[in-house]
Amino acid sequence: MKTPIYLDNHSTTPMDPRVLEAMMPYFTEHFGNAASRNHSFGWEAEQAVEKARKQIADLIGANPKEIIFTSGATESNNLAIKGVAEMYAEKGNHIITAATEHKAVLDTCKKLEKQGFQITYLALREDGLIDLDKLRAAITDKTILVSIMYANNEIGVIQPVAEIGKICKERGVLYHSDGVQAVGKIPVDVIKDNIDLLSITAHKLYGPKGVGALYVRRKNPRVQITSQMDGGGHERGMRSGTMNVPAIAGFGKAAELCRLEMAEESKRLRFLRDKLRAKLERELDEVFINGDMEHRLPHNLNMSFAYVEGESLLMGINDIAVSSGSACTSATLEPSYVLKALGVGDDLAHTSIRFGLGRFTTEEEVDYVATRMIDTVRKLRELSPLYEMAKEGIDMTKVEWAAH
Amino acid sequence: MAYSEKVLDHYNNPRNVGSMDKSNPNVGTGMVGAPECGDVMKLQLMVDDATGIIADAKFKTFGCGSAIASSSLATEWLKGKTVDEALKIKNTEIVNELSLPPVKIHCSVLAEDAIKAAISDYKKKQGTRKAVPEMQAVEAIA
Repeated sequence: MKTPIYLDNHSTTPMDPRVLEAMMPYFTEHFGNAASRNHSFGWEAEQAVEKARKQIADLIGANPKEIIFTSGATESNNLAIKGVAEMYAEKGNHIITAATEHKAVLDTCKKLEKQGFQITYLALREDGLIDLDKLRAAITDKTILVSIMYANNEIGVIQPVAEIGKICKERGVLYHSDGVQAVGKIPVDVIKDNIDLLSITAHKLYGPKGVGALYVRRKNPRVQITSQMDGGGHERGMRSGTMNVPAIAGFGKAAELCRLEMAEESKRLRFLRDKLRAKLERELDEVFINGDMEHRLPHNLNMSFAYVEGESLLMGINDIAVSSGSACTSATLEPSYVLKALGVGDDLAHTSIRFGLGRFTTEEEVDYVATRMIDTVRKLRELSPLYEMAKEGIDMTKVEWAAH
Repeated sequence: MAYSEKVLDHYNNPRNVGSMDKSNPNVGTGMVGAPECGDVMKLQLMVDDATGIIADAKFKTFGCGSAIASSSLATEWLKGKTVDEALKIKNTEIVNELSLPPVKIHCSVLAEDAIKAAISDYKKKQGTRKAVPEMQAVEAIA
């Protein structure tokens, strides 16, 4: 077993060697511009792009014509939300999203808010799921778009997407979903799930960074978006810019591998994830799962280790790559807003760790991680005045802390 | 984030971890920070009645590596000092010794606060002891 161990696959995934292999020719001998219509260099590049478009469409039950290539999911989310807002501005100015969305969705909505759009940020239930009644109640005759992610990047909770889509359909509202964490990991079908726009990125499904896609429905209803990048009219005018052919070819290959291997892979990862959870819960007291365990990505585990601050925990397991919801590890110095939205107190948010297993995670690694976690949590609890107080039976909510 | 070697050393081999009897009149206890803020430091010192010198110091810290290192270092520095000398320890000295980056300066401030809180608790107990010998020392924090 080699260290460091990578268990941060919600952040990014390593590229599958088979993906790299599919990309290589497009860096060198097949270097053409996919938009060059009158020579073989262009045709070869275009063929590669169209093959990838089909591979990605097949993964999500779409038509290849409904796939628009972008630079990644941040761009896809921007294009979907701003593109719909601009296109349908005459129909209404209200957009509904949720408090636990990725910043690429939240900040896009905030910008639209400044431009006069009304945004509803739905609160979530404690298990991290959307309350469908609240969603129904939030839709008005001014609502043009609902943007709710497929699965969350921190807690892995999977939303009732098909039902959300159904509600939107009934009310004549478009439904956009940020599918970054779900696509390639669990079955996603834009028809069954009633999704009108779906954001995807390659680097979360063992493809290269810097390429993503937006699914834009063409039938029932035909969705239109205003381009946010203007130029040569690529991607049917929705996203101009020379196609990143090698990355797109890799994205396609990655999508195909996910489609073929998903069933087996998710079963294996679920087993490993459950093993990790069971071991941690057996050996440590006062650990808490964040988010619903039933509606959850098979490779995600998010746990709070009470009385042990997240950054110090990461420091103790320095040969393992995971993430923490602790403020100290974030750029904003605020604890995780996702956990906060679930009603997890800041004290527990500071102690949370996100484990993201992946295609190349082995059982040996998971066992090692569990052991290292258990040792480090125990060691840091020896150092923790809070753990000592908890053991003495002191009610910490009654203590007058000197907040700073 | 890259940690300095001294922070890593204190994190890996924290000095003077533990707790003392809070009811001992010669022990001063300082607890600063809050769980919601992500750091809580408990620092205790014991003063030798005869010499007025801090004979022992202990800490327990919930917080990041820099917070642990700052409090660990503080206990090392406290030992052998008089109470008045201890009050002169400045957070900037901790920053320099541990090479703390700007985002971690608050850890050193917290350590200085913990020292002051512990000394203030000790002084309060001493005052109470002299004035009303029968009465139990009041603890700064429950």
